[in-house]
Formats: sequence, structure tokens, C-alpha cells
Amino acid sequence: MTDRKNVDTDQNSGDNTVSGSRGWAKLKRNRAALAGGILLLIYLLCALGAPVLFRGDPSAPDLMNSLSPPSGAYFLGTDELGRSILGRILYGARVSLLIAVGVVGVGLVIGVPVGLVSGYYGGKTDFIIQRFTDMMLAFPGFLLALALVAILGVGLKNTVISIGISMIPLYIRLVRGCVLTVKEEVYVEAARACGTRDLNIIRHHILPNVLAPIIIQTSLGMGTAILFAAGLGFLGIGVQPPTPEWGSMLGSARAYMMGKPHVATFPGIAIFLAVLSFNLLGDGLRDAFDPRSRI
Amino acid sequence: MIHFLMKRLLSIIPVLLGISLLLFFMLRMLPGDPAQVLAGQMASPEDVRIIRIQMGLDQPLYIQYGVFLKRLVHLDLGVSARTQNPVIQEIWARLPNTILLALCAITLACLFGIPAGVVAAIRPYSWIDYLVTLASLFGISMPVFWLGLMLMIVFSITLQWLPAGGIGTWKHLVLPSITLASFVVAFIARMTRSCMLEVLSQDYVTTARSKGLKEKVIIVKHALKNALIPIITVVGLQFGLLLGGAVLTETVFAWPGLGRLIVDSILARDYAMIQGSILIFGLLYTLVNLLVDMTYAFVDPRVRYD
Repeated sequence: MTDRKNVDTDQNSGDNTVSGSRGWAKLKRNRAALAGGILLLIYLLCALGAPVLFRGDPSAPDLMNSLSPPSGAYFLGTDELGRSILGRILYGARVSLLIAVGVVGVGLVIGVPVGLVSGYYGGKTDFIIQRFTDMMLAFPGFLLALALVAILGVGLKNTVISIGISMIPLYIRLVRGCVLTVKEEVYVEAARACGTRDLNIIRHHILPNVLAPIIIQTSLGMGTAILFAAGLGFLGIGVQPPTPEWGSMLGSARAYMMGKPHVATFPGIAIFLAVLSFNLLGDGLRDAFDPRSRI
Repeated sequence: MIHFLMKRLLSIIPVLLGISLLLFFMLRMLPGDPAQVLAGQMASPEDVRIIRIQMGLDQPLYIQYGVFLKRLVHLDLGVSARTQNPVIQEIWARLPNTILLALCAITLACLFGIPAGVVAAIRPYSWIDYLVTLASLFGISMPVFWLGLMLMIVFSITLQWLPAGGIGTWKHLVLPSITLASFVVAFIARMTRSCMLEVLSQDYVTTARSKGLKEKVIIVKHALKNALIPIITVVGLQFGLLLGGAVLTETVFAWPGLGRLIVDSILARDYAMIQGSILIFGLLYTLVNLLVDMTYAFVDPRVRYD
């Protein structure tokens, strides 16, 4: 479970970041990031092109062909209800992409503004926000998501909300850490001296200068979101069947592993490759734009 | 030193209060009436009213929180709706199993992660460095529950070397520990590599080399010792990941620990048990962080005077 791996971001300051053109040049030379980008492109093609790549209903059972091994008719075999594993993996890519985007969206929409306010204004506002963040960070991320699912209930929407909320403190900490450094820069002081309003300073001077770490965290956060969602699905408390979701596919495959290992193998490879693509790209972005924060 | 330890011990009180506050309000966010949930759908309005009074739900929120805290201090976490046993009793029965699994996993992760990171740092940008980096990325990206299933297929079903699940002998510990360690080992290796690279470029290492000290002595006594603080931090932080991973690993290997208890409780909507188990997980995580802070003071005496 990738979790709070990038939390220690008070060092993740704006002055560590590399200028755009130099960063892109560095990124292009990074073979691992390139491999991540290609993998990500394949993943996106699978997710977006699922209806073209697989014709038919991935949730329609065909009990006559249940648990068939990989063959010409069923490239990756079938599951216990005779559904094509390939079809479910392709449609599962759509679901996981939707979750990843939704989760990161929740984290960004709430975490970034709160982090900006906390870092920029400091004082009591910062103190209250940081204590609340501490409270949330006292729980390991996956456990927090688990607790929230227990409260909100299972399903796609609640999975996104639960994992999204568990990611908010990471964004708050990340952004606040960066703002603390950027707000001391001369150009921010100059803007303040010119009488620019706080909101405009935050929007036009601070936010653009803390974007690099946010983009990096977004890439890594998407991988984490896919892993968390698959974990919840595997436990039976995430996205519910018959919706094709990789984690729940693995969860139901456990019962048939003894004689039919292919049922559990392929969904796991799909999760692994999708998460790997985001991690490779995120790592590459960090090396290129924010090298000092690398672990 | 005692002053430092006392200060750190006192500092966890607000964190624990925060955890209790968060859990308390999370439970109050439950859809529907908790008294109705406990009484069941068939209960009469009078029964629900009695349960509501018994649970103190007719009181204002701050009084409810006060009562909750008072019960918490006495380790009274309520009764499980599923087993009808006190929650704390169920937790005590499972907690040692989770701690045992987590300790084995973290030991395994340190045994492999630290040497891998050191070797990668000694020969930066060599094939071994790339191998460690790639293996770390693979470890971070691999779903632990899938790795567990794959190990089970190979070592339990095909080769029949190790049991597929349960608890009892040391053999039962092998596959769950490897599964749980797989993720953490990657982080420890990456952190060790990064810290060692930084320390190896310091002046005192150059001085040690110019004095003609053996490379082994320089690496172990001068470099690794100074790189230990961030490594200890990562090990401590990863403990949280281990607890999250334990939920999945325990489910895969039918390991009777706290993680599996949470999942079973969620599936049965046993709220008292969910609240109690998550509270204990939070407490455990906080205590480990405290232990990490205390370890700093032993490893680096300067920390005590900060």
C-alpha cells in the first residue's frame, strides 16, 4: 500500500524545483519515466477504448464456459461465471481510472486550497488546520479509508470519497510546506508591497510556484488510489460486483485458485502494471522537477 | 534524557485525544439511528427509545464525548454486536498475532532493505544500483494481496512446502511475513540508498578514506551510523503501512489478527468492534512513532538537547 510516502514535505520547498524546460529535457532522458509513460498510454488506451477492444457485455454470465483456461476464444480465460477475464480487465481499467481521477480530484480540490490558506496565513488558522491534519495522519491511510467505507457504505462513489478523504492531509501538508518557502520570496513581497490582494497573490504568484510537487504527488497518488481501491474491492467492501473492478475480481478468484490459478493471476498483473506506470512516471517527474525530495 | 522522554510521552496525549475525537464524530456520522441499528429492524419504538437512553444518545454531544472518553480510560470499548463479547477482550486475543506478524515483517524488511540500499549507494548508477531501484519500484507497485495469492499458489499449492493459511508453527509465519515485508523493504532500500549517498559525500568520509581506513569500516562505522536517523524514521513510518497491509495480508492468509477482525466487523456492521479496533490501531501507530523518537535520542545524543 503506497501511502504517506511523500508526506515529509516541509523540505519539499519551491526553491528545490527545477525550471520547466530543464525539467522536461531531464524527463525525456529518463528511460524509466519513458517506460512509465508508455505503460500509462497503454493503460489509458485500454480504459478509453474498452468498448472497441472488447465487444459484448463484460458482466454477462456464460455458465457453460466457467473457469475456462486461456484459449483462442478467451484470450485470458474466463472466471467462475464464464465471463471473459480480458473483457473484465479492460472494463476494469475504466473503473480504476475513474477511481484514480476521482480520488485525486477530492484530494486536490480540498487539500490544495486548505494547504495554501494554512501556509500563507499561518498563525491560528495554520495551527487549527495542522492539528486537524495531525489527527487524520494518526491513522495509516488505508485504515482511514477502511473506517470511512465502514461509515459511508460500499460502492464506487463511497470508495472514491473514502480514499479521497484519506488523501486530503497529504496534499495539505505538501502544499503548506511549499507555500512556507515560496511566500518568503522577493516577488511575493513585491506583490504585497504593490497592494495586491491576498487571493490574487495566492492565485498568481504562489500557486504556479508550488505546482511541480503537486503534479508529482498527483501522479504517485493515482497509483496509490488504484492500490487502495483494489484492496477495498478485494476485501469485498469496495466496488461491488457485477461491476468489473480488478480488486473484487481478485477477491472472488481466491476460491478457485487451487485448480485455476489464471483467474487470480491476470487481474493482479493489471493492477501491478497500472500502479507501476504511475510510479515510474511520478518518480521521473520528481527526479526532473524536484530532485531534492527524492527518497 | 528523562526530561526528553517525559516531554515526548506527554506530547502524545493531544494526539490520542484527537484520535478519539475523530472516531467519536465519525461514528456519529453513521447513516440512520445507532439505537435503531443496535435494536434491529423488528424492534418497537419503545425498545429503540430505551436503547437510546442506555447508550446516552439522548444527551448533548459534548456529554456523550465525555462519557466516551471516560469509558475509554477504563478500556471499556463496548460489546461486540456480532459475538456479544466485550470488544477489548476480542482485541486482546487478536492483537499479539498482528504484532508478531508486523515485527517479523519489519525485521525481514530491514534485513534485506538496509543492505540492498547500502550496496546500491556504494556503487551508484551501476547495474546493481539499477536493479535495487527497479526492484524497489516493483515492490511499491505490487498489490500485497496479489503477491500473497501468488506465493500461496507457488509455495503452498504447487510445491506444498508451506501452509496456505492459519496460525500455529513458524511455517505459518513465513508467507504472510514475506508478503507484508515486500512493500516496506522497497521504501527502506530507497531511503537507505539516498541517505548513504548523501553521507558518503561528506568531508568526514573523505577524511576517513585519506587516513587509509578500510572501506568496510568507513561504510559501517562512519557512513551507515550517520545515515541511521532518516532510516529509523522511514522504518517507523512504514509501520503504519504495515498495519494497513496487515488488514489485507491477514485476510489472504486467514491470519487471526486485528486486521481481519476489522474486515469481519465491517462486513457484519459491528460498529463497536470497528471503532475499538481502529482506535487500537491508531494507538499502536502513535506508540510506534513515539518509540521511533526515543530511538533517535539513543542513536544521536544531539536530539536529546533539541
